[in-house]
Order: sequence, then C-alpha cells, then structure tokens
Amino acid sequence: MATITTTRTPRGAPAVPVTPGWARWVNDHRKWLFAAPAMVFVAALLVFPLAWTGYLSLTDAEGSVRAESEFVGLRNYLDVLSDTDRFWPAVGRTATFTVAALLFEVVLGMAIALLLWRPFKGQRWVRVAILLPLVATPVAVGMMWRLIFDPNIGLANQVLGWFGVGPQPWLAGQHSALPTTIFIDVWQWTPMVVLILLAGLTSLSEEPQEAARIDGAGTWQRFRHVTLPLLMPTLTVAVLLRGIDALKTFDLLYSTKGRGGGSFHEVETLNVYAYGLSFDYNEYGVSSTVLILFFLIIIGAMWALTARRKEARR
Amino acid sequence: MTERRDGVRRRSAFGISLAVVAAVSLSACGGGDGGGGSTTIRVTLANHVWTDNVKKALPEFEKQTGLKVEVTQLGEDQLSDQYNVKLNAGSSDIDVMMYRPLQEGRLFARNKYLADLSAQVKSNAGWNFGDFQAGPMEATTYEGKPVGIPIITEQEVLYYRKDLLDKAGLSAPPKTLDELKAAAAKIKAAEPDVAGFVARTGKSAAVTQFSSFLYSFGGDFVDGGGKAAVNSDAAKQAYAFYGALIKDSGPANVSTDMGWPEAMAIFTQGKAAFYTEANSLYKNATDPAKSKVADQVGFAPFPAGPAGSKPYNIPSWALGINAGSENTANAWKFIEWATGKEQTLAQQKSGVPGARTSVWADPEGTAGFPEDLVAAIEASTKTGVGHDRPQVIKVAEAREVVGQPLVDAITGKDAAAAADTANTAFQAFLDDEAR
Repeated sequence: MATITTTRTPRGAPAVPVTPGWARWVNDHRKWLFAAPAMVFVAALLVFPLAWTGYLSLTDAEGSVRAESEFVGLRNYLDVLSDTDRFWPAVGRTATFTVAALLFEVVLGMAIALLLWRPFKGQRWVRVAILLPLVATPVAVGMMWRLIFDPNIGLANQVLGWFGVGPQPWLAGQHSALPTTIFIDVWQWTPMVVLILLAGLTSLSEEPQEAARIDGAGTWQRFRHVTLPLLMPTLTVAVLLRGIDALKTFDLLYSTKGRGGGSFHEVETLNVYAYGLSFDYNEYGVSSTVLILFFLIIIGAMWALTARRKEARR
Repeated sequence: MTERRDGVRRRSAFGISLAVVAAVSLSACGGGDGGGGSTTIRVTLANHVWTDNVKKALPEFEKQTGLKVEVTQLGEDQLSDQYNVKLNAGSSDIDVMMYRPLQEGRLFARNKYLADLSAQVKSNAGWNFGDFQAGPMEATTYEGKPVGIPIITEQEVLYYRKDLLDKAGLSAPPKTLDELKAAAAKIKAAEPDVAGFVARTGKSAAVTQFSSFLYSFGGDFVDGGGKAAVNSDAAKQAYAFYGALIKDSGPANVSTDMGWPEAMAIFTQGKAAFYTEANSLYKNATDPAKSKVADQVGFAPFPAGPAGSKPYNIPSWALGINAGSENTANAWKFIEWATGKEQTLAQQKSGVPGARTSVWADPEGTAGFPEDLVAAIEASTKTGVGHDRPQVIKVAEAREVVGQPLVDAITGKDAAAAADTANTAFQAFLDDEAR
C-alpha cells in the first residue's frame, strides 16, 4: 500500500506518501463518519424509543417489561379504538383542551400584542410584567392555582364572596375542572403567543399601513385587510408551536388533578391516560398503543396545519 | 429489522447506529459503581414520619458499621413511578426499597423485583424474626418466602375535635356509625363554617379508608369464594352511608379528589369535627407546627356498624431488597438495623406504630402515643381485618373499579346502581387476572 504515491499534489510540492489503509477508509467514508454523531443521537433518542414503543404496542406486555410477553398483533389497537369508556373521551378532552386554549390564547395574544405594538410610556415594564407567567415552571403554576382555586380555603372563592357570588367548585367540580385547567393554560401561555406576534408585528413595514390610511381605511379595516394578512406566517408559527404544546400538556394537568385526571377522569387527556396505563396499571402494551395513536394524531394535526399554510401561500 | 425494504446503504447505516446504541446502553448497565460490596447503601424511602426518624438516627448506624447510606426520599406516587422505571430496567442502583406490601407487594414479587430474604431473616437470632406480628408478615411473604420486613402498621381510627363535641353537648365520641352520623349532622347544623365529617374522597385514595366502613357493615371486596362482592347488600349500604356522610355533613364544596393530605388539611385547619383516617398519620393532627387544633384532637376506636367495629389492621410499609442489587449483604445490614428492636422502639416512642410484638408489650413502646389512641389501637388490633384494599396484583386498577361507587355516592348519584356496575367490572377484572 505504501508504495502507491499520490497524484493530486499541487505542482512543485513534494509528493507526500499516502497514509495507511485506515486513513483511506476514513476518507472514503467521511460523509458517514461526519454524520455519525448526529445519526447515533437520532437513533438513540428518537428511532429506538419509537420503534420500541411500536413493538410494545403489538404485545401484551404488562407487569414488567422484562417479563415474557406475547405478540398479539393489532389486538391492542382494536381494543383501544373500540374503548368508549376511557380512550375516546380522552381524545375528546385533548381536542377540547387544545382548541379552546389555543383559541383564547391567539385572540387574547393578538389583542395584547397590538396594544403593546405602539410605543408608550412605561412600555418596558408592562412587557416584562406580561411575560412573567411564562418563566414560572408549570408544576409550580399548577400548585399555585390549585391553592387559589381550593373550594373551601382558596382565595378565588373568597374574592367571589366579596361580590356576593357563591363559592364555585373550580378544579374540584366534575364539569368545571377542564375549563379551569384551560383557564390556567391560557394564563400561562398567552404571553408566549404575545411574544411571537409582537416579533412579527415589529418586523412589518410601515408603508402598507400608510397606504391604507391614505385610502381612508379605518382601524378595523386596516387590521383586517393589512396587518392580519401580513402577519399570517407568524400567526401560523404561533398556532403550530402552541398547538403542539397544548396537545401534549401533562405537567399542569397532573399537578392540579393528579393521576387519572380526577375521580371522574374529568381532565384525563391522552397523555394523562397513557401515563396512568403505564405507571398505575403497568399495562405497557396498551399504553404503547395509546401513545402510538396519539403520535399519529399529532402528526396528522401538524400535517393539516402546514398543508393549509402552503395552500395559503399559493 | 433487516428484513425491511430499505435500501442497502440505509440499512447498514441503521445497523451501525443500532450497534452503537446497544454498545452504549450495555456499557451504561455495567458502569454502575455498585460492585460486590460497596460501602455505600442506596436506600429509597417514602415521605413519612418513619423516614424522618430514620434519617435522624442514620449517623449512629454509619458510625457503627462504617457504611455510608444514601437516602432518596419521594412522595408515594413518585416512589412508585421510580420503582416502575428503575426496576423495570433491571437497575442495580437501588439497594433497599421502602414499599407498600398491600399496594405493590404482589406485583413486585411476581415481577421478581424483591429479593428472597429467607436466609437473612434466620441469620441473626438476636434480631428475632419471630417477634414480628403474624398479620403484617403475611402481607410481606410471597409464595412462602419472606420478601419484605414490615416497618409501619396502621389501623383506621376516628379522629375528633374535643372542643366541638363539648360545644354540641356530646359527652363522648360516637360508638356506632349511626351515632357518628347524628353527631356530624348536629355539629354541621350548629356551626355553619365547620363540616361535621371529612374523609378521603378520591376514587382511588378513599378505598382504603372506606374499607373499614365496608367491613363494619358486614361486607368485603371479595366473598369467600373469590368472587367480586362489592354489590352485596352490606356493600351497597356501606357505599351509600359513606357517600351520604360526606355529602350531607362534609365540607360545603367537597372535591372528589381528596387524598389524606387534602382531608387532613381540612381537619387540621379546624374545618371539620370528625375524620376517619389511618392512625399512623396522627402526628399531622397533634403537632402544633402542622395543626391549628393540635390541643383539641381526640381519638376513638372505629365506630361499630351492623357487623361491629371492624377497622383494617395492616402493614402499610415494609423494607425489601432490590433483587437486582449488587450490595445485598450491606442492604440487609441496614434493614436489620432499621427494623431492630431498638429502632422500632425509638420509632414507637415518636409515634410511629411498628410490627414487633415485644415493643407493643413494652410499656415504653406505647408511652409515645396519646392514651386514647393506644386504646383505639388496642381495640383495632383485636377486631381488625388484615387488608384495606382488594388483594390482587394490579391493585391500582382494582382500587379505581371499587372506588367508583364511592364518588358516585358522594356526588349524590345512586350508590346501589353504581355498586352493581362496579361489581360487574370488578368480576371481569378478577377473571382477567386469574387467567
């Protein structure tokens, strides 16, 4: 090997004897080698767990994942998809939670962003104050609101009492728990939408606004026909990011209602349900099935949103 | 995996990355610093007065043995999660584990998470294995082999507020469930801000404290033939009674999510007159740092129902050794110390009821408890039932099934109908588990 000499040295430079075989192998496979760390990372943290979950979803694994389990094909999927007791209500709650939270967050976020858009005195302080909920950890936020909303000793009912309104069950009520958690989510995450939209607004140029003003467009018309269309790409990003996050919400629900989402499963979303299946029931097969289905739902929702976005661009 | 119809090159890349993953995870497995005789014992404990006491006494153990103890302390649910994750993975980085024999004991033993302690318990006559009460030991024995040593026992008792009873003109705490119901209603009517009665309401959390009501009405979760029995007449009465007691005499806006921390908070904030709960938690009510009504709390035996007073009498926590531990000899040293006579006595002096007969016989062993509580415990150990939840493998799931009629009753739905539904579901669950 060492007898072979290089051919592509620059003219005049001394010919360098070629390095041994391993170096050539490295050279030949460099694209794999350079990509290897990233590939290992993706394989270890994404492909492997996902494939393993997919595999588990086809087995009847329960009790311990190291115990023997049988391959049951699609039985888990049939069981889960025909389960109107826990699975479909959980899908419904996941959808309700996501859509409602997202709607309020986008509308409120847009309103606040528009208010903060134009400079005014003390703007910096207002901006900081509005962003505060964003920096709090969700579990701490959950605990805080749980105390505030405690039906017997909480602050919320005390405040209502001052206005002559009777005590409300809030998180404790079978029908009021989900709306209350949506409220908390809106409280915490609207600032993020504000942040994104504000960035989008600041980057808009003045000219279209001015042109519209000269044409005699009113405030609403300018918002509806100029600002909003120009802001659409940013808005889609905000909806996409926040939507995926809201779909996956777990910390808030777990810290306010605990396992199973309350005694009537009143805030049990797909995530909480899958958690319960794994950690309470040790039903790893069924739990994996729910997770895979959940994964497909998220992919579907994302695909729908991005497809719409592409359509809008056309 | 190689049978997939991917291109050759992609397949080989996937193969390489899989191999790397395997190598990484293998080396991670072998990399534990456990070793065959590490001087560090890793102990995982639950939040409990028992744990606080052990932590205080630890330096003494470390000095005696020259070993180092690393304590991880978690809440009950988080502790279970931790075990599920680590023991599922066959981890060796837990040596001693505090666990709930009735909740997880069968599951863990069946999964082979718990090491067989048959040899260890006989190794030291001075430690005296025979001293442990038979009832609790039964719950920590699996297929004839001891897999855990009970550390805390508990019975359900009635907590009550002396001052509120006086105010209502009641000279003594209620002896029967009917008296309890009447007294709770009377106090609730007289004191608008105070509930007559409070207890756990969470579907799963309430099951254990409801069990004494069930037994005292003459029922049980399962009948003598192993069939579901939560729709027996006795069970239906018990469900309706418990639900009505909370609905009619409980806190105004009752949540159906209360576990002991929430129910205890209402009691210790002075917002309830009666409270049925495990006696092992009594310190929360009598410690002035935790309770606003510390000096007014009294204890009474569980009130009698149609079938008499039949509270549960169970081992709530035990210590076991992780079957995957590489440090079992030292782990046993820790257990031997923590469950020894000396430590058990020290625990009882500070109010944590243990499972050693000799300590209960020792006057010093009961000196730490309020007098009325000792009387209540004595009464309970005589008539008590050895379980407080369905005795199955998947206890968490079973609790949710048999707990449903409770929340239905509390929220004013038809308890009897709910019990029928629950019974069908519970029987299906039992059939499934028997397969």
